[in-house]
Amino acid sequence: MGEVGQPIRKKDAMALVTGKPVYMDDLAPKECLIVKVLRSPHANALIEEVNLAGALKVPGIEAIYTWKDVPKNRFAQAGQTYPEWSPYDRLILDQHVRFVGDAVAIVAGEDEKCVDLAMKRIKVKYKVLPAVLDYHTAKDNPILVHPEDNWKSMFPVGADNHRNLCAHMEDEKGDVEKVFADCDLTLERTFHVPAVNQAMMETFRTCCYIDTYGRLVILSSTQIVFHVRRIIAAALGIPKSKVRSMKPRIGGGFGAKQTVVSEIYPAFVTWMTKKPSKLLYSREESQIAGSPRHEMEVTVKVGANNDGTIRAIEVYNLSNTGAYGDHGPTTAGLTGHKSIPLYTANLEAYRHTFDVVYTNICAAGAYRGYGATQGVFALESVVNELAGKIGMDPVEIRMKNVVRQGMCMMAYDNEIASGCRLDECLMRAAEMIGWKEKFPCKDMGNGKVRSVGIAMAMQGSCISHVDVGSATIMLNEDGSYKLTIAAADMGTGCDTILSQMAADCLNVTTDEIFVSGADTDFSPYDSGSYASSTTYITGQAVVRASTELEKRIRTLAARMLSCELEDVDYDGHVAKNVKTGESVTIEEIGYQAQCSNDYALQVTESYTSPVSPPPYMAGAVEIELDKETGHVEILDYAAVVDCGTVVNPNLARVQVEGGLGQGIGMALFENIQYSEKGQLYNNSLMQYKIPTRMDYGKLRVEFRPSFEPTGPFGVKSIGEIVINTPAPALADAIYNATGHWMRDLPMTGEKIAMAIAGEE
Amino acid sequence: MIVTITLNGKKIIEDISADMTLYQFVREHGCYSVKCGCETTNCGLCTVFLNDKPVLSCAVLAARADGQKVETLEGLQKEAEEFGRFIADQGAEQCGFCNPGMIMNAIALFRETSEPTDEEIKRYLAGNLCRCSGYEGQLRGIHEFIKYKKEGGASWAK
Repeated sequence: MGEVGQPIRKKDAMALVTGKPVYMDDLAPKECLIVKVLRSPHANALIEEVNLAGALKVPGIEAIYTWKDVPKNRFAQAGQTYPEWSPYDRLILDQHVRFVGDAVAIVAGEDEKCVDLAMKRIKVKYKVLPAVLDYHTAKDNPILVHPEDNWKSMFPVGADNHRNLCAHMEDEKGDVEKVFADCDLTLERTFHVPAVNQAMMETFRTCCYIDTYGRLVILSSTQIVFHVRRIIAAALGIPKSKVRSMKPRIGGGFGAKQTVVSEIYPAFVTWMTKKPSKLLYSREESQIAGSPRHEMEVTVKVGANNDGTIRAIEVYNLSNTGAYGDHGPTTAGLTGHKSIPLYTANLEAYRHTFDVVYTNICAAGAYRGYGATQGVFALESVVNELAGKIGMDPVEIRMKNVVRQGMCMMAYDNEIASGCRLDECLMRAAEMIGWKEKFPCKDMGNGKVRSVGIAMAMQGSCISHVDVGSATIMLNEDGSYKLTIAAADMGTGCDTILSQMAADCLNVTTDEIFVSGADTDFSPYDSGSYASSTTYITGQAVVRASTELEKRIRTLAARMLSCELEDVDYDGHVAKNVKTGESVTIEEIGYQAQCSNDYALQVTESYTSPVSPPPYMAGAVEIELDKETGHVEILDYAAVVDCGTVVNPNLARVQVEGGLGQGIGMALFENIQYSEKGQLYNNSLMQYKIPTRMDYGKLRVEFRPSFEPTGPFGVKSIGEIVINTPAPALADAIYNATGHWMRDLPMTGEKIAMAIAGEE
Repeated sequence: MIVTITLNGKKIIEDISADMTLYQFVREHGCYSVKCGCETTNCGLCTVFLNDKPVLSCAVLAARADGQKVETLEGLQKEAEEFGRFIADQGAEQCGFCNPGMIMNAIALFRETSEPTDEEIKRYLAGNLCRCSGYEGQLRGIHEFIKYKKEGGASWAK
């Protein structure tokens, strides 16, 4: 015991820091066809004619496919458990192109040069249609993004393609109107979060080839190998058994790779030509045709008494899913579901309503935080403003209303906060930043103001009643163990932390376990790594499998020692018959399993959960704001997290720091701007400014771990929650420095300076 | 055009096209540590040494390396391991995709500077983007490496 809780080096770390060839394009077969996608220059158009004559004459071109060549069954690219909430609204290639960047043709050739030349020579005649570019006008707009008859919604989410509606849902408990009427005051505000990009360093990419048995093998940078298999088989109209999907190391995902973005094009090429092929998205393609956060307008109304008691919360969000509905219905649900429960203590009623609309811009998808990020920004900002209105300290108003250990969270399906130290996180974050001395601000006398801001956040630890995690663990003849999973280590370190858990169950060290996966041919079924579920769900499967294997090892040892199970004393390496003193080593047991044995020392277990225990955190920031330019300099960021048991303090800490970095980028710099024709301006890392190491000061992280009784070793999750506090904490600090609330992300220096200028 | 490039100590004489970038050249010769993250010279993932100086290989034509010495992390494995384990000990390598470029630049930094301040470190590595780590763990790793260097480790560093 004792591996869980140790800052163990990641199992793949040395391979990564020495630059070993472990990613898709390092491993792809050398003779791959190069695949590229010709993309629409129009936001909404019908393809009237495609002339391929010139392009096909380019030497080296293998094939060019257009909408006429692909199957006509619609599918969803969202990597979700079947039946998906996301509508079936895509074809591999469609005659109707719905955003600037939508796929028009797939070109495959022997090298990049010939493919690029052929792309230039394809002549497409478009019938350009008027487009829906403002998502406020999308619902019931006469221009339909999906007028087609074979559009299909698999789940009753209130979708109607003839209203540009991807989902409409309502959730309410208690009489919100009545409680609002009875409150001393209500405060209602509207916020905007743009469709920011994950901008993982490795863009979307996939290679495919045909194996010995004529099956399609997909090697892709993905978080979801099993969903890839299912979705690609469905899109190609071939049996699932004809597809194998696997992932190498992944150069970052953050949810982007929970959607089947790049896989279908090389899969189609390889299935048609039977030749290996690969597609690497350029950064521009990843920006304009990736799978970004859902742009949302979130309106929050909070009802409270003058003493700071928060009694009712209403959230309405209008979510822009873009041209396709991947993750549309599910993200919008989290906006209320994973923000309102923060204020459980005195909550009498709540209502959450949302519309998810189709428009003619890049389809959105899953991005760390998944809708909760937008909700937390809005709700936390309103609570900070509310505190000011009633003359209460923002920390104090939260301490009065915050969800605490043991409370029943009415806005969270009545789940019990069975492990919750959010109140302590809040107090500690405030203490770390020096809240009492620094709130609200200090004028530095040189045109600059120093101020502080604070916010809380929550997330989930899985999709309850849906996600399935599995693990297979096997004893080898040398006493080592193979742990096989289909959860995807995308840099997060799940290969390592799951091994730490297995090691503790088996009484060995993490080094004695090696990890294999994710591969649909060999790994046990796992939904994949998303929804913050891997540590909590797959972790529990690992614990179950390892515990059962340990029991089996003892049982086989008892047979070898000709004694009863209860007479076996096993320490992870040697099993001893306590009565005779006779012993067998784990190697001997391993060899015994391979000779004259019918008792497998290999166990597969699955796990699913009826609950999704929220991790909680508080973030407090200190900034220096230049009143002349509006520039915000982050001096210090204090984050205190209750993610349940911390399995690996190094990896958990880096998750927090990385999430804060992305949250800061979203809050201050990362912008999404479209031209009047629906072209994205921020289509490179030149125009889309993710933070560099010059862009913020210290990030300080502490943990206040509760023990979650339903989690393996008491864990919850950490992957997503960490992106949620920067935007509201920074908005609070900016208000405390300037007296202006920023409700439209990103909060650029320009916007802040204009707000200050407006008052003069 | 025919060029002669010494890549990681090995002399390569080859007929290349005039528009081939140095990034394409090194990958075609099996130097897979060199990655491309942006195509617009913003990310630093493609950093290699041209005559011991870090350059962005996506923005250098292979032809310009004619007669020159080029090194990638494949040719600096000892340095990569010696420095990289301090990053690994923080868990700050994360997805790893940006690491080779950052480590190349860090090696260049430590060949030039014996005890860089935090400000100098941040400025030197500012062009090496990382989307996973939030940079803090990398900085902690660099601090630990500086300690190790002071105690006599990493003879290649200044």
